[in-house]
Amino acid sequence: MNELIFFVNKVLISGATLGSVYALGAVGVTLIFGILRFAHFAHGDMMTLGAFVAFMLVAVFQSLGIQTPLPTGFIVLPFAMAITAGLALGIDRGFYQPLRAKGVKTVTLLIASVGVTLMMQGVIRLFAGTGTRSFFENETKDLYRFKLPIEGVRRSINFSEPQILVIVTTVIAVIALHFFLTRSRLGKGMRAMADNPSLAQVSGINTAAVVRATWIIAGSLAAMAGTLLALDVILKPDLAFNILLPIFAAAVVGGLGHSYGAIAGGFLIGFAETMSVFNWAVLLRPFKAGLPDWLPNDLSIVPSEYKLTVAFVILVLVLLVRPQGIFKGAST
Amino acid sequence: MSLLEVKDVEGGYGGAPILNGVNMAIDREDIGVIVGPNGAGKSTTLKAIFGLLEVTAGSIVMDGHEVANQLPDKLVPLGLSFVPQEFNVFTEMTVHENLEMGAYIRNDDISDTLDYVYEMFPPLKDKRKQNAGELSGGQRQMVAMGRALMSQPKLLLLDEPSAGLSPRYMMEIFETVVNVNKSGVGILMVEQNARQALEFATKGFVLAGGNNRYTGTGRELLDDPEVAQSFLGG
Ligand SMILES: Nc1ncnc2c1ncn2[C@@H]1O[C@H](COP(=O)(O)OP(=O)(O)OP(=O)(O)O)[C@@H](O)[C@H]1O
Ligand SMILES: [Mg+2]
Repeated sequence: MNELIFFVNKVLISGATLGSVYALGAVGVTLIFGILRFAHFAHGDMMTLGAFVAFMLVAVFQSLGIQTPLPTGFIVLPFAMAITAGLALGIDRGFYQPLRAKGVKTVTLLIASVGVTLMMQGVIRLFAGTGTRSFFENETKDLYRFKLPIEGVRRSINFSEPQILVIVTTVIAVIALHFFLTRSRLGKGMRAMADNPSLAQVSGINTAAVVRATWIIAGSLAAMAGTLLALDVILKPDLAFNILLPIFAAAVVGGLGHSYGAIAGGFLIGFAETMSVFNWAVLLRPFKAGLPDWLPNDLSIVPSEYKLTVAFVILVLVLLVRPQGIFKGAST
Repeated sequence: MSLLEVKDVEGGYGGAPILNGVNMAIDREDIGVIVGPNGAGKSTTLKAIFGLLEVTAGSIVMDGHEVANQLPDKLVPLGLSFVPQEFNVFTEMTVHENLEMGAYIRNDDISDTLDYVYEMFPPLKDKRKQNAGELSGGQRQMVAMGRALMSQPKLLLLDEPSAGLSPRYMMEIFETVVNVNKSGVGILMVEQNARQALEFATKGFVLAGGNNRYTGTGRELLDDPEVAQSFLGG
């Protein structure tokens, strides 16, 4: 039983937290791909940018002496999302839109986004330095322990405050996105443009407005993901560039351009990673007596330093076997 | 002055011009049918009217507005609607959502127009929750026309509405076109099934090499031995 709780903490809770962050990032990548037809390489740094925006807002809040019941980094989230959405619009206006106006191939936009990512990395380091920071320098990170009322169970199910916030916020964001895409006129226009851009134009859909909406949504979800990730772990300039691979893997696994697929893909990659680094020998411990001696003590699939290879392997497998994504049939 | 006037239009896709002087005039009561060999510039003419390629000379006047080189999001509010030859439905959206997209530019209540479209195309009503990509060719064509009617156009441009359909479906679509016209929508359509289409056309245009070869009523073109000989297969 204790071993099972260890499994819940290490695999399910961590996996759901990680999966939430990947899902939020992957939805942005997939929406941008659906509308503008290029893989937005700078998406990781857009997440980092959002986290730094949130960090600066926290500094402002604290210098004003504002006390909040929840972590201040979480309270400032709506503002950070709005600012990052504005920055995303500005980046599009400054870098991608002029290229689109010239009618360049989408691969040119991809290369441009590599340039944008390098630029953003430079700008972030220029203003914030290269060190790591914590959102909890002046606050405490609460830990919630849930003891199961079972005899002989010593371990508790542990949630850190940021983990709960990540999962709950992601669920809310996904539901809101679902209603936006299926109920609102602009949301349906977005799906229409992802489905058939020329017919969307022919129908009189204002495609420029759809593009703006895409950046606003992708930018604010990126800020959300980046800030929540930084709350859970730590804030550093390469915060999200490091997880670009699993995010793209999630978007590809879900079928590029399909929002629901990207969300499912995010959680799939998140759980796959935590399960791969989990030491399965722990679960066998209660049955130790009946097991052969030669069984090693460490039964994890990959050592935790190699966690990123999991996303890579999944990405390669999906591209080889089902390049259209494994959730075919799910629309948008 | 007609609802739509196309005068000496020239244009193309950036390379050599495809259209070299196309002339057409259509009124709200008209069914105009454009016929001609493959590659004559029939689709290109409709695209030029709908702002999808560059018009380099001539004028296109819709309801008193000069619209050459205007983008569709300006043309749809003027009462122009277009059904492209292919890829003319949103395959991953439901039939109902396809129709809603046709009404994207409208801010008023669309339920009457929805009723009108479902009445015009009864099979769509049962399929309204189904993705348009799962429908048969004929049903897709209905979705495409229905979508275009949702903006309450004054003039509907149709590019080969009967392409790939069995003769029975073709006659059904033509009947619908006539009904739509009777309900007060002008029609300008391109057709390969030239003889059948010219039968009910009030105006016919034979296009070849990017300009009008013959213009007349549908009957006149059918009765013209030269047109029959060169363009209608004897
Ligand atoms: N997107 C495009 N880019 C460049 N040239 C094009 C394009 N579309 C059509 N053309 C050229 O324009 C000419 C006229 O094509 P158009 O599609 O108007 O013919 P059409 O009369 O509709 O023929 P069909 O009966 O085969 O549909 C052709 O020579 C074609 O090669
Ligand atoms: Mg054609």
